[in-house]
Amino acid sequence: MSKKSTVPPAAGASAHRLDLLREMVRIRRFEERCVELYSAARIRGFLHLYIGEEAVAAGVMSALTPADAVVSTYREHGHALARGIPPGAVMAEMFGKAAGCSRGRGGSMHLFDATTRFYGGNAIVGGGLPVAVGLALADAMLGRPVVTACFFGDGAVAEGEFHETLNLAALWRLPVLFCCENNLYAMGTAIERAQAVTDLAKRAASYGVAADTVDGMDVLAVEDAARAAVAAVRSGTGPRFLELLTYRFRAHSMYDPDRYRDKAEIARWRQRDPITLLTGRMRDDGELPDDTLQELEAAVAAEIDAAVAFADEAAEEPVGDLTRFVLAERSGS
Amino acid sequence: MTTMTYREAMREAIRQAMRADDRVFLMGEDVGRYGGSFGVSLGLLEEFGPERIRDTPLSESAFVGAGIGAALGGLRPIVEIMTVNFSLLALDQILNNAATLRHMSGGQFGVPLVIRMTTGGGRQLAAQHSHSLEGWYAHIPGLRVIAPATVADARGMLAAALDDPDPVLIFEHGGLYNVSGEVPDGDGRADLDRAVVRRPGRDVTVVAYGGTVGTALTAAQDLAHDGVDAEVIDLRTLRPLDDATVIGSVARTHRAVVVDEGWRSGSFAAEVSARIMEQAFYELDAPVGRVCTAEVPIPYARHLEEAALPQPSDVRTAVHEVVGHG
Ligand SMILES: Cc1ncc(C[n+]2csc(CCOP(=O)(O)OP(=O)(O)O)c2C)c(N)n1
Repeated sequence: MSKKSTVPPAAGASAHRLDLLREMVRIRRFEERCVELYSAARIRGFLHLYIGEEAVAAGVMSALTPADAVVSTYREHGHALARGIPPGAVMAEMFGKAAGCSRGRGGSMHLFDATTRFYGGNAIVGGGLPVAVGLALADAMLGRPVVTACFFGDGAVAEGEFHETLNLAALWRLPVLFCCENNLYAMGTAIERAQAVTDLAKRAASYGVAADTVDGMDVLAVEDAARAAVAAVRSGTGPRFLELLTYRFRAHSMYDPDRYRDKAEIARWRQRDPITLLTGRMRDDGELPDDTLQELEAAVAAEIDAAVAFADEAAEEPVGDLTRFVLAERSGS
Repeated sequence: MTTMTYREAMREAIRQAMRADDRVFLMGEDVGRYGGSFGVSLGLLEEFGPERIRDTPLSESAFVGAGIGAALGGLRPIVEIMTVNFSLLALDQILNNAATLRHMSGGQFGVPLVIRMTTGGGRQLAAQHSHSLEGWYAHIPGLRVIAPATVADARGMLAAALDDPDPVLIFEHGGLYNVSGEVPDGDGRADLDRAVVRRPGRDVTVVAYGGTVGTALTAAQDLAHDGVDAEVIDLRTLRPLDDATVIGSVARTHRAVVVDEGWRSGSFAAEVSARIMEQAFYELDAPVGRVCTAEVPIPYARHLEEAALPQPSDVRTAVHEVVGHG
C-alpha cells in the first residue's frame, strides 16, 4: 500500500511535499513502463495515459480519507495508484491476470478495488457521474460523514448525464466532489469545438453547485482547493465542483496518432510539467537535495519493477471461471 | 387469503419491505406527492416520508444511476421508471453499469437494485407509451428480468426481488394494475427461478408471460369448447429462463405456441422457440407456433391497436394450426 498522507500539510511541509512528489513520480514512471509493456504486447486493449495530469490525482487523493469513495474514468491509473491500490494489482490487471484488481475482467479501463472504495474504471463518458451521486445518497441516508470524489473529463460536460447529475446532487445537497479534469481535448476534439460555453465552472455554478477553477499543473494548488472543497462537502453544504486545468502530454490512447494538436502547444504545456514545477519549487526552498530525488526515483523504480514481476508471475484466471461474477454466487448452489 | 388489485399488491410488497428493512427506499418520477403515475405508491409518502419515498426530477439516467450507486453504498433501492419506453434514456446505466459492475470488478461490487417499470399496450396510448421491450433486457447477462402476471405474484415476486443480490428488472403490464385476485396470507414470497403451469392440459403447451398470460388463459377456455386441452405456462422470469418447465410440458403435449407482446423479429418468443427446438425437437409433432405483435409501432386507433397486439383469437388460431398439423 502507498503511504497515504491524510495528515494536514502543516504537520511538516517539506515531508508532505515530498509525499506529493513521490506520488506523481510513481504515476509517471508506472505509466512510462506501461508504454514499454504495451509496445512489447504485454498490455493490450485501450491504454489511456495520464502523463501530464498527475498533479490532479495526487492533490485530490491527498485531501480524502480512506472512508471516502472514488469514482473514476478509463484514464484512471493515476487515480488508482494515488488512492492506494497496490501497483502490482493494477499491473496484473493490465496483464489480464487473476491477481489483477478486477481479476482480469476489467483491464486498464476498469480498475476496481473494494478495500480503497474505488468504484471504477468507467469507460462510458459521463457514466460514472450518476453512480457517484448514488454513493453519496447512500452515505447521506445512512448518516456517514463520507465524501464521494468523482473524476471525469471536459468531454463529459457535454453529456446529458452531467447535467442530470449536477441538478440532482445540488437539489438533494449530496456530498459529492466533482473533479473535472479539463485537459482541453476530448479525443481529437478541442474544447472550443465541442462546448458552447468553455468556462466549465460557470456551467456547474448554473446548477447551484459551488465551483472553482484551479491550476491543475500545480499539485499544491490542487491539494489546497481539494481540501477546502472536501471540508465544505463534509460539513453538509452540498456538492462542490473543481475544474482542474491540465494537459495530457501523450496522445489520447496508444492508438491515437495525435494529429490534431500542434507541437508548439504541447511544448508550451510541457514547460508546466507538474513534476518539474514541484521539484523546482522545492529546490528553491532548499527542500530537495539531489540525493533525495535520486533516492526517491530509485525507490519508485524498485516498486515498479516489483509490480511488473508480480504481474508477470501471477496466474491467469482459469477459463473455467469465465462465467463467474455475472450474478452473485449463492452458497450451496 | 385476501383479495386485492395488482396495484395494491405491488404497494403492499413495497410497504412490507420498507417496514422490515430501513435500507429499502423508493425513488422515481412522481412516486411521492402524486402517488405514482399508476397509483402504486399512493399513501406511502404519508407513511414513510420524503427521504424514503423520493420524488426525482425527469432524469431517468441520473436517478437510475443514483439507484446503482446507492445499492453499491449499502442501500436497497427500488427505482420506478414510468414506462419501459422511458427506460431507454437510462439504458446506459442499466446495461453498462448495473449489469456489468459485478463482472468488471471481478466479483467485488454487486448491485442489489430493483427497477420497476410498466410495459405493454392495449390502452390506446400510441407508439411512445405502448411498447414491450422486456425481451431486449432479457438479452443482457447480469440482470434478472421478471414479469409478474398475477396479483399474488405481483406481491410475492417483488418481495423476492428485494432479497436478490443482483439488479432485478420488474415489468408490470399496464393492463394488469386494475385486475383483482387473491393473495395468500404471510409474505407469499415467490421463487424467481421457476416458471409455473397456470392451467394443465394435454394437447398443446401455450407459453406466455406477464400481460399475455391472461390472453393465453382466455384462449385456452375458448379452445376447450373446440375440444382442445391447452396447457398454459407462465414463465414469470425471462432471465434466467426456466426452460426445464417448458421442455417438460412439451414432452407431454408435443406441441407448443409462444405468446409474446414483443415484435416477432428477434423476439423473446424466438428465444423460447429456439430452446424448444434445441432441447425437444424429437418430441415435437408440429413446428412451434408464435403469436407476437405486428411489426408496426403500436397505433393509437382502437381497432388498429387491437389488430397489432396478440389477442385470444390469434392464440386460438395459432393453436389450431399446430394441433391440426400431422
Ligand atoms: C458515451 C461515450 N461516447 C464516446 C466514447 C468514446 N470516447 C472515449 S474517450 C472520449 C473522449 C472523452 O474526453 P474527456 O471526457 O475530455 O476525457 P479525457 O479523455 O480527455 O480524459 C471519447 C469520445 C465513450 N467512451 N463514451
